Amino acid sequence: MTVTTTNGAGDVAVLLRRLTGDEKHEASAHSTLDVLWVLYDRVLRVTAQTVDDPLRDRFLLSKGHGPQAYYAVLAAKGFIPVEWLDDWAGPQSRLGHHPDRLLVPGVEISSGSLGHGLGLAVGTTLGLRAQGLLTPRVYVLLGDAELDEGSNHEAIAYAGALGLTRLTAIVIDNQSASHGWPGGIASRFTVNGWIARTVDGRDHDQIEAALRTHEPGRPDVVIAQVRRKADA
Amino acid sequence: MRDCFVRTTTALLDDDPRTALVLADISAAAFAPAAARHPDRVLNMGIREQLMVGVAGGLALTGLRPFVHSYATFAVDRAYEQIKLDLGHQQVAAVLVSVGASYDGSQYGYTHFSPGDVALLDTLDGWTVQVPGHPNEVAAMLRAAAAQNNKIYIRLSAQQNITSRPATGRLELIRASSNPKAALLLAVGPMLDAVLAATEGMDVAVAYTNTPRPFDAAGLRATRHTTVIVVEPYLAGTSSRVVSDALRDTPHRLLALGVDRVDLHRYGAPADHARWHGLDPAGLRARIEAFA
Repeated sequence: MTVTTTNGAGDVAVLLRRLTGDEKHEASAHSTLDVLWVLYDRVLRVTAQTVDDPLRDRFLLSKGHGPQAYYAVLAAKGFIPVEWLDDWAGPQSRLGHHPDRLLVPGVEISSGSLGHGLGLAVGTTLGLRAQGLLTPRVYVLLGDAELDEGSNHEAIAYAGALGLTRLTAIVIDNQSASHGWPGGIASRFTVNGWIARTVDGRDHDQIEAALRTHEPGRPDVVIAQVRRKADA
Repeated sequence: MRDCFVRTTTALLDDDPRTALVLADISAAAFAPAAARHPDRVLNMGIREQLMVGVAGGLALTGLRPFVHSYATFAVDRAYEQIKLDLGHQQVAAVLVSVGASYDGSQYGYTHFSPGDVALLDTLDGWTVQVPGHPNEVAAMLRAAAAQNNKIYIRLSAQQNITSRPATGRLELIRASSNPKAALLLAVGPMLDAVLAATEGMDVAVAYTNTPRPFDAAGLRATRHTTVIVVEPYLAGTSSRVVSDALRDTPHRLLALGVDRVDLHRYGAPADHARWHGLDPAGLRARIEAFA
């Protein structure tokens, strides 16, 4: 088994095509790709060698749907062998249509059913705090349609009321929620005391700047806007 | 039993920095002293049971041993998918401690009943289920749970037997019968006294367990009885699967008594509901005599 490490976002696009086997789809079709790349290339303090380090940053993909970009980034960063991309969701594959933490090194949670990641992220942040592990930050990625699930709003209200620090939510907003979010997604968080920043979900510098800006005593959320799924 | 739970869990939080407690307002006042001493490990979500179990999953992912507590219907029925996915599917564990067993909250009505909690957990892999029959059985269960890493459900009840018995994980023979053709009554948790009263003067054996999962299949086979009557304080038939499996190589008869699968739309006292479900001594005796 060989692990190939690559270093550029361009290579990720190649890996993504290798995974999907679909030449027609540009990498830009995948709404999460740019945010995931910025996270793993510039922000997260976790490597293939530190996936079990208690002091690592945690990234939780709550929105387990469409994990191709996630797998491609993990392969590009050497967490998994690129060969794994060739048998996506096959009978022997470790890479399913939803990721499994028991099968994929670096995957923090098994997800797929929407509305579970934010609660797990709040618990992870609290667990680290209770053990005095104050350097790791917990990032959790959700979709705008995933916010339909009421369980998210339990977590948003509680984390805000607690003023929970070292927790960053990221909402990929490709306007796919059936009934939309009148008044905006950010307001659902800010009314509960979160800091919210809205960025162009394709602009790496904007994404990085937002992911690196925190305020004491408050959780934060980055709304990454990308084109509608149907337009992409 | 709830008082014992509060006392023992408070002590565990003092003694073991690995333990944490996640609440959804239920019993929060009773745990206020513990919360004051351990604000990072005693966490009250407010009335948010999905979050309660999700947070427990997150705490466990970081290596803590979370205790989770609410009414059975909110902790298990309402948060079932979180139990399935945020604990089981992540391969992490918690200790769920419920109150309001079956119809303990009789005056609150069906919204506060959970006769199906053990059956729901039986759909999942690897849950230990403990049903204490006396408050004195609770502390040892909690202390043992704190020291382990497996998924444990402790079902507290306001119903209890007169005497307490140890939690061995095995069937305990309370009354033997020299007649192998006699029926074996298997009483779970607080059903024991009603079973003993119901079978007074009858030629039957009586066994007790306060740990119905994992089921002591070897212990049941060792009794050599092949007519078995299970009396459990939750949904009737919940244990039929494990009893039938334990006796799969032996021709046997099984009567499964417990809470009926019916919403009575009634209030009253727990004793009234026991009678309506045929779980009082008279109701039990009539059905036992008809079967055995």
